[in-house]
This record gives sequence, C-alpha cells and structure tokens, in this order.
Amino acid sequence: MPCGLFHTVYKTDEHIFKTIWVKSWLVAFGFFLLLLPFFVSNYVLYVCNMISIFIVGAIGLNILTGFTGQISIGHGAFVAVGAYTSAILTTKLGFPFWIALPIAGFFAAFIGMIFGIPSLRIKGLYLAIATLAAQFIIDYAIVHWERLTNGITGISVPSPTLFGFVFDNDKKFYYLLLGFALVAVVSGRNLFRTRVGRAFIAIRDRDISAELIGVDIFKYKLLAFGISSFYAGVAGSLWGHYTNVITPEHFTIVLSIDYLAMIIVGGLGSILGAVFGVVFMIIVPELLTTVGILLKSTFGEITALISAIKGLVFGVTIILFLVFEPDGLFEIWRRVRDYWKLWPFSYR
Amino acid sequence: MAENISFLAQLLLTGFVLGSVYSLVALGFVLIYKSTSILNFAQGELLMFGAYVCLALVVGFRIPFIWAFLLTLAFSFILAVLLERAILRPMIGEPIISIIMVTIALSAVLRSLIQIVWGTETKVFPRIFSEEPIRFLGLFIAEVHLYSLLFALICVVLFALFFKFSSAGLAMRVTAFDQQIAQTLGINIKKIFALSWAISAIVSSIGGIILGNINGINNALAAMGLKVFPCVILGGLDSILGAIIGGFSIGILENLAGGYLDPVFGGGVKDVAPFVFLVIILMIKPYGLFGKIRIERL
Repeated sequence: MPCGLFHTVYKTDEHIFKTIWVKSWLVAFGFFLLLLPFFVSNYVLYVCNMISIFIVGAIGLNILTGFTGQISIGHGAFVAVGAYTSAILTTKLGFPFWIALPIAGFFAAFIGMIFGIPSLRIKGLYLAIATLAAQFIIDYAIVHWERLTNGITGISVPSPTLFGFVFDNDKKFYYLLLGFALVAVVSGRNLFRTRVGRAFIAIRDRDISAELIGVDIFKYKLLAFGISSFYAGVAGSLWGHYTNVITPEHFTIVLSIDYLAMIIVGGLGSILGAVFGVVFMIIVPELLTTVGILLKSTFGEITALISAIKGLVFGVTIILFLVFEPDGLFEIWRRVRDYWKLWPFSYR
Repeated sequence: MAENISFLAQLLLTGFVLGSVYSLVALGFVLIYKSTSILNFAQGELLMFGAYVCLALVVGFRIPFIWAFLLTLAFSFILAVLLERAILRPMIGEPIISIIMVTIALSAVLRSLIQIVWGTETKVFPRIFSEEPIRFLGLFIAEVHLYSLLFALICVVLFALFFKFSSAGLAMRVTAFDQQIAQTLGINIKKIFALSWAISAIVSSIGGIILGNINGINNALAAMGLKVFPCVILGGLDSILGAIIGGFSIGILENLAGGYLDPVFGGGVKDVAPFVFLVIILMIKPYGLFGKIRIERL
C-alpha cells in the first residue's frame, strides 16, 4: 500500500501511476469505457462525447490558468477560432478532417499567442480584462467577416471520413473522441513532468523569482497561451465536426465562463481536476433538463423556467464550491483517496 | 458641411448622455474595487435589479415614481449588504481567480432570479416625460435624455463630494489605501465593505432606472456590466475621478465610432469599439489615466 511505498530512483518517483493497484484499476476503467457504448442509449453517448470534447478544451484552459496562473476569460474565442478554421478548411478548401484538425489547432495557437503578447506588460486582473476584450473582438470578427465565416448563418460542417469510413453517428464518434480525450489527458499530465511544465508552475508561483533563476518568462507565457489555445482549437474543431453545424452563438462569453467554471469547480492546477470539473458541469445541467422534461407532464410549459433554473443552479453551485471548497472536486477526491489509502493511520 | 457638424454634434450629445450613465456604473465598480480589491462582474445585474424593482413598484403596486425610486434604493442597499455578508466576506484572502469567479457566479444567480420572477420580454416604464424633443442650439434632444443627463451629473457630483468631505467617505478612502492602517485608526472595515457595496448597488440601480427609462428594460441591461470595464481601465481601476472621466470618454468614443465606422464595417461597431480601445489602453497605459501604479515586491 502507498504508505509503505519507498522510491530509491528518481525515475520511479516520477511515475504517474505508482502502484500495481492503481494500474489495475486503470485497466479495468479502460475496459469499462471501451465497452460502454454497447450498453447505453444514444443520449448517454451524446453526453459522453460532449464530456470528451470539453475535456480537451478544459485541459487547455487549466494549463493556462491553473498551472501558469494567467487568468483567461477568452478561452471560448480560441475554441471558436479552431472550429471556424477547421470548418472553412473542410468546406471551402476541401481539406480532409485529419489535416484540417492540426491546422486549426496551430492557427488557434497562433491567435492565442497574439492575444498573449499583452501578458508581458500586464498581469493578473488586467490580463483577465484583456482576454475578456479578446473574446468580444474575436466574437465580432466572426459575426461580421461574412465572406469568410457566413456571419450569423453559420457553416455546415461535414463529418470526418477515414478511407471511406464515415464518422456520422454517436457511437463511432465516441471512440474517436475518447481517443482525443485520452491523448489530451496523457499529454497534459506529462507536460508537467517536463522542463516546460515546471517553468509554467514557476511562473504561477512567483514570476519575478522565476525570472531571477533563469526562466524566460515572456517565452514561456507565450508558450502557455499557445499550448492552451492549441487544445482549445482542437476542441473547437472536434465540436464542429461532431455537431455538423457551427454558428457564432455557440462561442460567446458564456462558453468562456463555462470553461472557467469547469476548471475551478474541478480544481485549478490539476489535470484530473479538469476531468472531474467537466463531468460535473456537463452532467448537472443535463440532469436538470431531464427533470424538466419529466416535470413537464405535471406542471405544463416550464421550458423557459428550466433554463433560468439551470442558470441559478450553475451560479449557486459555483458559489457554494468557492465558499466551502475552494480547491474544488480534486481536493475532495484527494481527501477521500488518502483516507482510503492510509486507514487506519492518519498521516503518510 | 453644416450637416456634418450637426451629425458630429448629435453623436457627441448622445455620447455624453450615455457616458453619464457609464460614469455612474463605473463609479460603483471602482468603489468596490478600491475598498475590497474585488472585480465586480455582477455590476450589470445590480443595474438590472434596480430597473426591474422600480418598474414592479411603479406598475405593479402603483406607487408614484418618486417613492418607488427611493424604495428601490432601499432595496438595493439591503441586497448589497446581504450579498457582502453572505458571499463576499468569506472570500477575503482567496486568490484573485476565485473572487472573479464568485462575482461571475453571482451575476448568473441574479440574472436567473430576475428571469424567473419577471420573465424575458422587454418591459417599458410608463411615460413620465413628454415625447416632444427639445431644440437646443439646433440639435434635438429628447426630454428623457436631458433629465437623465442632469440627474446622472447631480448623482456623480454628490457622490464625489461625499467621498471628499464626509467622514464616512474619508473612512472609505483610508480603507482603500491600506486596510491595516484603517483598522489601527479604529475604523470598522467590515462596515466599510458593506457600505461600499451598498453605495455601488445604489448608483447602479440609479443607472438602471435611467437606462430603463431611455431604452426599456430587458436582460440586455446586464451587458452594461461588461461595458463598464473599458471605462474603468481608461480611468484607472482605483480612481473615482478616473471612473467618471472614463465613463464619459467611452460613451462619446463609442458613439463616434458607431457613427463613423458603422458604414465601413457593416454595423455593430458600437459594441466592440470600447473593447478595442480597452486593448489599446492596456498596451499603452495599463494603469489608466489616473490609476496608481502597482509596484510588485518579492
């Protein structure tokens, strides 16, 4: 058991999964995920697919805000850039999905880095406000640059194909998106075992001190914006190809706030926390919608009321989390896990 | 030629009127930031609250406008004190991202509550002012605009004087400067926090009532809360004078941009222009015209 786990080599200390128990649970969970589509309805698969897409985006935001400490309220805009780039490449230029996706990611990263340039001069609150401005400016550009983006009518996006195999239903997309989410989680977690990841954490903790010990903070801040926006762009592109139509309405500041809520509820500065946050923030509104549909028979037309109640629950949940558990779901998980690992002892 | 000048003058005048409302809201925002270092993303919702409550009192309970107005201010005061006590007090000392998120969540809660109680259609205040526009130096100005402008100016001046000369205003300025020094001087900073939130809610309600009279009341009023950011950044996040000047400037700039650039970009410039100015200001003078420059020490 972990309280008796001793490492004699740095390499084993750096392992993400340290014991045989954790690894076997992981394998079991993997089998569960692979076999899930055969036992559940399409609606549940849709929810799972949304979770996978948002995991990619949320990990990106967590890298920027949780690990590097740069508050960004403009994440939704970078998701939009990725979605529209991918849509335009596949519809107007006929690129296949597999080439459009990385290009969308890189272009979103490029735009992200441009909006990260102010981070050299301004910090904290002011940077948050600058990213807010970025959100509105990109929003405006998408709505009004009609020759490129069709404005508010939106673009119809084709489903991805692979050697004739078309991904056009929830089940096929499930495996594709699961793969992408897995890559995002693994790459995100491994980023923080590398030099770049440690530089990010140093910048978050005390950036002036980081500069003193030789971390080039401008380069790494730009890199953080770039990597985070790459994840956002990929998430946007996946979303566009999954729902087959994109309009500017989906990428407003509400999306940015949703992403921020996900990583804060889940736990800043932790990849697993981002996953928890996404699952929580997607399942709760879907539960409310289901409850609303069930109650419709008894209470009549309350759809509008349900959307207002969703907003209310959203706000109240976040306030409760921030007041009572500021470190999020990850902290709750950690406490439960440690209690389980160390029982009947209290400390490791 | 005369047409161009009158077009420009009309834009300036409308901008001035709009700017007066921005100044009021920016004043409230800066007040909260100065005393508690919290960025209040819920400012727009406080505005909406004032507008909706006043409307409910005037239309639903048939109270004369003056009394409804004063009652609304009292309700805003109570709401602000409750919010500060229940939600913002526990957040003292938390990292800035949590505080931002709390006010964002608060704005969602307030907006949803208003939507549940009052629905989403646009509502209009009953007509108090005549429809005839007044001629002023060859320009037309609606009576409601004129009274709104005067009223907003009076409020701004009153509050500015309050901060400069009253003892409560002095206590707030000391708390904003350094909370520990304020405590050693015997100032009860918890009361100061409550007072700053209360005043901020009151000025926002006034702004909301004014805007409601001009434009009608619906959920879009909440967007005012985001429009206030360019105003306070231009003026400086911790300067009351800056908030006032920033509010007027952004109101005028926004209207000028809308008037002259709308044909070029195909509309909607009014909404995005303040944010472009925001980015430009952040690049040139991040602390605004009158803000205090923050020195970071290790």
